[in-house]
Amino acid sequence: MKKKKSFLEFVSDNKFIHILLSIILGFLIGAIFLVIMRLSVGEAYGRLLKSITSVKGITYVIVYAVPYIVAGLSVAFSFKTGVFNIGAEGQFVVGSMAAAIVGIRLGTLPKPVLIILCFLAAMAVGALWGIIVAFLKTKWGINEVLSMIMFNWIAFYLSNFIAGLPGIKSDGSAEATQNISDNASMLFPKEFIKKMDFAPTANWGIFVAIVIMIVIYIIIDKTTLGYRLKAVGFNKNAAEYGGINVNGSIMTALAISGALAGLAGALQLMGMGGRISIFSSQEGFGFAGIVVALIGCSNPFGVFVAGLFYGWLMYGGSKLNLVGAPTQLINVIVGTVVFFIAISVIFSNLKYLFRKKG
Amino acid sequence: MNNFINSLGIILYATLVYATPLLYAGLGSCFSEVSGVVNIGIEGMMTAGAFTGTVVAYFTGNPWIGFICGGLAGAFFGMLHAVATVLLGADQTIAGTAINMLGPGIVIMIAKVLFDSTDTIPLTATQKIPQLFSGLFGTDTTFGRFMNNVFATYASTYLVFIAVIVVWFVFYKTRFGLRMRACGEHPMACETLGINVISMRFLCVCLSGFLAGLGGACVTMTVSTQFRPISIVGQGFIAIAAVIFGKFRPQGALVGCLLFGFCSGLKVVLGGSSGFNMHLISMIPYIVTVIVLILFVGKSHVPAANGKPYIKSR
Amino acid sequence: MANQYLDMSTPVIEMRDIVKRFGDFTANDGINLTVHKGEIHAILGENGAGKSTLMNQLYGLLKPTSGDILVNGKKVDMSTPRDAIAAGIGMVHQHFMLVQPFTVTENIVLGDEPVKGVTLDMDKARKNVVEISERYGLSIDPDAKIEDISVGMQQRVEILKALYRGADILILDEPTSSLTPQEIEELIKIMHNLTADGKSILLITHKLKEIKESADFCTIIRMGKYIGTVEVAQVDENDLASMMVGRKVTFKVDKPEQEPGKVVLDVKDLRGVDYRGVEILKGLNLQVHAGEIVGIAGIDGNGQTELVEIITGLRKGTSGDVTINGTSVFNKPPAYGFEHGVSSIPADRQKHGLVLEFSIEDNLILQNYEKEPFSSGGILQRQKIFEHATQSIETYDIRPKQSEKRPAGTLSGGNQQKVIIAREVQNDKDLLIAVNPTRGLDVGAIEYVHKYIVEQRNKGKAVLLVSFELDEIMSLSDVIDVIFDGSIITTIPGKEADENYLGLMMAGGKKE
Repeated sequence: MKKKKSFLEFVSDNKFIHILLSIILGFLIGAIFLVIMRLSVGEAYGRLLKSITSVKGITYVIVYAVPYIVAGLSVAFSFKTGVFNIGAEGQFVVGSMAAAIVGIRLGTLPKPVLIILCFLAAMAVGALWGIIVAFLKTKWGINEVLSMIMFNWIAFYLSNFIAGLPGIKSDGSAEATQNISDNASMLFPKEFIKKMDFAPTANWGIFVAIVIMIVIYIIIDKTTLGYRLKAVGFNKNAAEYGGINVNGSIMTALAISGALAGLAGALQLMGMGGRISIFSSQEGFGFAGIVVALIGCSNPFGVFVAGLFYGWLMYGGSKLNLVGAPTQLINVIVGTVVFFIAISVIFSNLKYLFRKKG
Repeated sequence: MNNFINSLGIILYATLVYATPLLYAGLGSCFSEVSGVVNIGIEGMMTAGAFTGTVVAYFTGNPWIGFICGGLAGAFFGMLHAVATVLLGADQTIAGTAINMLGPGIVIMIAKVLFDSTDTIPLTATQKIPQLFSGLFGTDTTFGRFMNNVFATYASTYLVFIAVIVVWFVFYKTRFGLRMRACGEHPMACETLGINVISMRFLCVCLSGFLAGLGGACVTMTVSTQFRPISIVGQGFIAIAAVIFGKFRPQGALVGCLLFGFCSGLKVVLGGSSGFNMHLISMIPYIVTVIVLILFVGKSHVPAANGKPYIKSR
Repeated sequence: MANQYLDMSTPVIEMRDIVKRFGDFTANDGINLTVHKGEIHAILGENGAGKSTLMNQLYGLLKPTSGDILVNGKKVDMSTPRDAIAAGIGMVHQHFMLVQPFTVTENIVLGDEPVKGVTLDMDKARKNVVEISERYGLSIDPDAKIEDISVGMQQRVEILKALYRGADILILDEPTSSLTPQEIEELIKIMHNLTADGKSILLITHKLKEIKESADFCTIIRMGKYIGTVEVAQVDENDLASMMVGRKVTFKVDKPEQEPGKVVLDVKDLRGVDYRGVEILKGLNLQVHAGEIVGIAGIDGNGQTELVEIITGLRKGTSGDVTINGTSVFNKPPAYGFEHGVSSIPADRQKHGLVLEFSIEDNLILQNYEKEPFSSGGILQRQKIFEHATQSIETYDIRPKQSEKRPAGTLSGGNQQKVIIAREVQNDKDLLIAVNPTRGLDVGAIEYVHKYIVEQRNKGKAVLLVSFELDEIMSLSDVIDVIFDGSIITTIPGKEADENYLGLMMAGGKKE
């Protein structure tokens, strides 16, 4: 006898619904905080929604989202291949700096060549940052979480150091690098932006993100490379037994993940920032990548949507103080979403709620 | 020569000051990891502790009440992590990531409400954790100045060294410690001997939050006297690194944290004199850690059941 | 031999009409069991029949859905192992519940530690442990770490754990799975010592001979149902077997006479170390010919694992040589050995054999994913992979059907093993290595696995069989090599194998 699935069973068994529920709960908890702070929920959330009612707003969200999407793909790829790339932060930073060096020092090259060179430099250095960690792990058995945390900080100070070097540092008083050459910029033409009423930083990055998403999907699902990396990720012993080079695969996986994080750094620089400041603390794009990967269930398409969602919250969140609500509300909402995703087992058990015991 | 001794004193002082919060958090991390729960939420728990400690000290005027409340705030987030990971079997990395967003998110929002700023108001000298032996040795001799430098540390530092001994004792000399370590290695074996793995882990994760909270509180209640959103950035992760470095043992974490503290101290002294690039010097602790790992430490024994949810079948 | 200590007037355990359901699955369906003081009571059933589930309820690890448990005539509620321990019940699990980096003493006292003030009193703990171990003749080293001691000693530690807690009723779950015949005899002696002391023993097993040798009564469970309780002296092994399986079972494997061919696997003077770096293979020599099954008999820990790992390329040896059809595969990566003719059914199917998260179709191409037709130009050919899986599922009777896309982890143990066999047999290599190929499988699956192994031999493949089940070695092998302390100490034709002699050799005895 075929039984029609009840509504609760449908909710319980659908992973997508779990994420949706988590997001709703995130906003609910955010609302509770707003009420406690005696702020208007309608006004604050209205602000968030209003931020995407215009073409300008939507393009802003997309611009914000691009580095998150690509960083998220980096972390998602690492999850799929059995490593936890908590080092995306550092790879992002060195990637961004590599692109800056190329974009500043080789600024006279023609635009397409320069852009591709910037990408390649960022990906190579990001990959290198990943490979070092993989090498330490495979050669000396050094815990990768530990060394990634170390290399995040090394990347951070290295970037600050390079940003202060003559020939890179801004000529003015700014504690930052020079602006990258216009030839390395990915912004749409000024007139076009004006005509379409886009955000002033609207750029080609989203197309790169789409391409990367598709490439990662194909690698993971359709290629022997993906098969190998996943096999190592799920069960190192069986993979080795099956003749797969485990150490080589770990290096490859972290190299690809690192290259993506590095590329995310380049996209952020060439699409939005234009230069790199000497920061007093880490900016957290890599950590955001972890969150985006989690919300997107490490599925490339899911990560893309999650990145847009995160970009929206970051952009919309920056407008929150206009209504007197703290920007930090966004972190509480996102944190809650991730928390509920972690315990989504409670949603899977909903179906037992009204069932008789026995 | 005098200069050198002077610098040495400052380095030792800085070592202790930097190592103290790491060590509290590191001891916390030990409890959680050894009982079998990965806790990368230490960072968020420290932030919560830093804010709460400062605010309570500011409003009550009593640093010790503040310090303890900092711990309790950390314990609250520890409890959240425990509910997710121990009771509901959540992925420990995901839950920890959530804690790292929620902790800072919530406290900074409260800061905005209380102070209309993301920073708290700086503590006065009496609201800070006291420096017990400040100036005790006189400033007439080189030795006196050296000792003064070293013992300019705060009470929280002396406490944490006592805490290391206590934690070591608990881990290796008590019934609780034996059972806790067993839970991290073979939870099923514990269950068959009537040890309640769930409550043991729950308690340990809450304890780890408490200690991380204390660690956070001593960042903002000693040298720096106010909470700012960047007060904690990264220190929770460094504490975790120190624990992995120390092979998940409290005495090992002590070595790891002192190493980080020492490198940071070196940074302060070298950074003061010109000729060295500040940013390059700042890298030293991290590079040294990696090198020490390669040369002396190598693989560490991770508790066998670490990271694996324990779900009772009924 | 009648058990003089058996006191039929004093029931210590009564389990009445026990039902246990997991969701829609009924693991125990109305089981009754009575155990008396001084009795050794066997519980017989195939793997998956529900023996362990029943015992876990008696030990408070699981809660019965319905039914009563009485200890010493009183109804008790066993909601945690603590209740069971308090009621005087102790359990030795099949998979030992020992904390590897802890010492023997620490493991025994864990959960019931003597203290002096707030401090653990390890001196007293050690004294107590030594005392009971001497009292019951269970020799152990109280200060050794579990990871450093033999399986036999680990089992004695487990028994001591129960005795330390004052257990009067001992549950032994498949206690003989990795012991030599001599060690089994020793264990039976210990069991009788314990009953002489007024203790009762519940012995869970699927080995008929042991039941005949030790038990007074035997309760049989089949597919969760209570079949009956018999007095062991009144029945023979065949009766027990048919009650267990529900049909006549043939233990014999049909194997045609066959002349072995040329040497396929040749291991010469092999030396190697274990994971701790201690030398464990000490100049081992071994040959397997085409069309022949060579069985390696031996106690776990004498170098079998390392031998197989070196042949398959998972571990590097220190010296010697391993050749397949004359080509050396010594210290080459696993892929190289595979290319030159090595296939294997690994000991631990979940650790080495399968990627549990991968679908069945993906597991079936583990060594061949980079080859035509499963991929071309680095792109997986999903259609071909699927068709290959469909055909394998059909040929090798993998259940459930239409499971090509299901994760391997969702299959039963027997079907997981079928996936591995399907893969390795279709690889069609000259050498097949099978390590404990039937561990944890039920009778039906065991017959199936044995059939395929013999079929490989009949097709002219060389088969190396490593097993801790002496029965399996004796019924399948053409040649039996006994491994002890890192070398082969005797080689005998399979037909001439004698269990006592083999057991003696496995324990390192010299040939007379």
